[in-house]
Amino acid sequence: MYSTDQLKHISIDIRKKIVEITHSAKGGHIGGSLSSVDILVALYFSIMRYDPSDPSRPDRDRFIMSKGHSVEGLYCVLARAGYFPEALLSEYGKFDTVFYGHPTLKVPGIEMPTGSLGHGLSIAVGMALGAKRDKATSRIFVLMGDGEQAEGSIWEAAMAASHYKLDNLVAIIDNNNLQISGHIDSVMRLSSLRQKYEAFGWNVAEIDGHDFHQLIEAFNTAPWRPGMPNLIIAHTIKGRGVSFMENSASWHHKVLTDEDFERAIDELDRSEKEAV
Amino acid sequence: MTPPKISCRQSFSRALCNIAQKNKNIFVITSDSKSSATLENFERAYPNQFIEVGIAEQDAIGIGAGLAKSGKRVFVCGPASFYSSRCLDQVKVDVTYAHSDVKIVGISGGVSYGALGSTHHSLHDLAVMRTFPGLDIYLPCDNYQTATITELLANHSGPAYMRMGRNPVADVYTETSGVVFKPGKANMLHEGDDCTIIAAGEMVQPALGAAMLLEKEGIQARVLDFWSVKPLDVDAIAAAARETGLIITVEEHSIFGGLGAAVSEVVVQTVPVPMKILGFPDEWAPSGSSDELFEYYGFTSEKISDQIRSLVRHKR
Repeated sequence: MYSTDQLKHISIDIRKKIVEITHSAKGGHIGGSLSSVDILVALYFSIMRYDPSDPSRPDRDRFIMSKGHSVEGLYCVLARAGYFPEALLSEYGKFDTVFYGHPTLKVPGIEMPTGSLGHGLSIAVGMALGAKRDKATSRIFVLMGDGEQAEGSIWEAAMAASHYKLDNLVAIIDNNNLQISGHIDSVMRLSSLRQKYEAFGWNVAEIDGHDFHQLIEAFNTAPWRPGMPNLIIAHTIKGRGVSFMENSASWHHKVLTDEDFERAIDELDRSEKEAV
Repeated sequence: MTPPKISCRQSFSRALCNIAQKNKNIFVITSDSKSSATLENFERAYPNQFIEVGIAEQDAIGIGAGLAKSGKRVFVCGPASFYSSRCLDQVKVDVTYAHSDVKIVGISGGVSYGALGSTHHSLHDLAVMRTFPGLDIYLPCDNYQTATITELLANHSGPAYMRMGRNPVADVYTETSGVVFKPGKANMLHEGDDCTIIAAGEMVQPALGAAMLLEKEGIQARVLDFWSVKPLDVDAIAAAARETGLIITVEEHSIFGGLGAAVSEVVVQTVPVPMKILGFPDEWAPSGSSDELFEYYGFTSEKISDQIRSLVRHKR
């Protein structure tokens, strides 16, 4: 079990890796990957039950990356978790690699292909229902974007999750308040996200999505009320960890210049030293 | 010809109940469609294997894929029209791209819903479903074939789409006919070398009727039941082109993108011969029962035989 300090180090490492692979591939969704890194690190290195040597082990917990465009972070986390060698990540962006710009089943550890938004919650509901019907103890985690909440299919799934009392389901919204066209509320107003999910019969927690104490506490204590699905609204910063990318919609999928790359790595190196 | 008894959807649900009794891995999902799919008995008998999601087709497919990835063999059952358009993105990604063990059972396909109108017709489903890699497509023509294909689906892992009609249909096959249906293998119902009629689903019966009428006039039409639209029996198409020199396709589908298109794609690339595609024209259908629409658009044995007669004469 890692300490929160160790998790912080892992997160900085993963951020550097994300910067490296998106720079060398000259593309990728860097902003959203950086905002969701800490959530993934908490799940994969402190919370979830899985076995990289047997990715389809029936009693594993499941993770669905509904915001599939943030796959670069997931690739780096899966490599670090031992699903495949980290050296393979250099193939990201090359022709005919298994590392597409969105998750696919070709990469060990990925449960479902995603990227067309609004699908992940239904899939997670199906998995949670399957576990319930089998009386299995697996928990199902699904990470969604905040912009993604405009997809109507999410609300179909939100209804089903509470109808079937899926307390083994933990949904997380990476609430960085930005989507490709700008601020979430200016594109399609999302206010009262908490009340929306509560009205659908969910138990909702709001936390700092970059604070490992809060993340681990929330994940560890779910289900917070038996018979209710769980939603964590993780308040995050798009581009987190690289100051010139933070809170900027333009870094949704901007390509790093060599200068950007040097600055980003320098800054992450400095944060690593400061974290010691 | 045996008079109509029950509909294909009833044969499907009876067969699935029998299978589910032995196989606890079989799951059914409906979207407020359990009565139209005649699955009330299934729910009563196997409540732990039944899931209702409400009027939410996108969710039904997504949940089905999630269940499938948990090791279940899932039958998602509801109107063919909605499952081939409303949730097409989920069918594409969650079922076929993810190669999930989900069988999409489109009930009341084609113009089964008759006067309910084009909102409820599925004359587009083959065109869209055909383009997804790895999705098998089956159209049973009668009760026996429906039950047999249901068995086949229950014993096969991977994505599939089965489309059937709403109303009772006359038997083409009986249990004693002993036909074994293998995916990708068309079944010859009538031999002939003057032309070939290729049909699927509930158009097989009038196609066969047309061949009988033509036979009385000395025209020998080969009749092929193309219940397996994908995988497609390419060899049977090439042989029909080579041996009969004229192919007529009959389908309860748009003339664009369906069985006729699939057959013509093979014909033009193997043994090019004249073809006629009989299907629904590029217009929204008038109001009317399915039988009235079949009459209006010429899907009766008589009208199909009229079309073929002149084509055969022209060929000679």
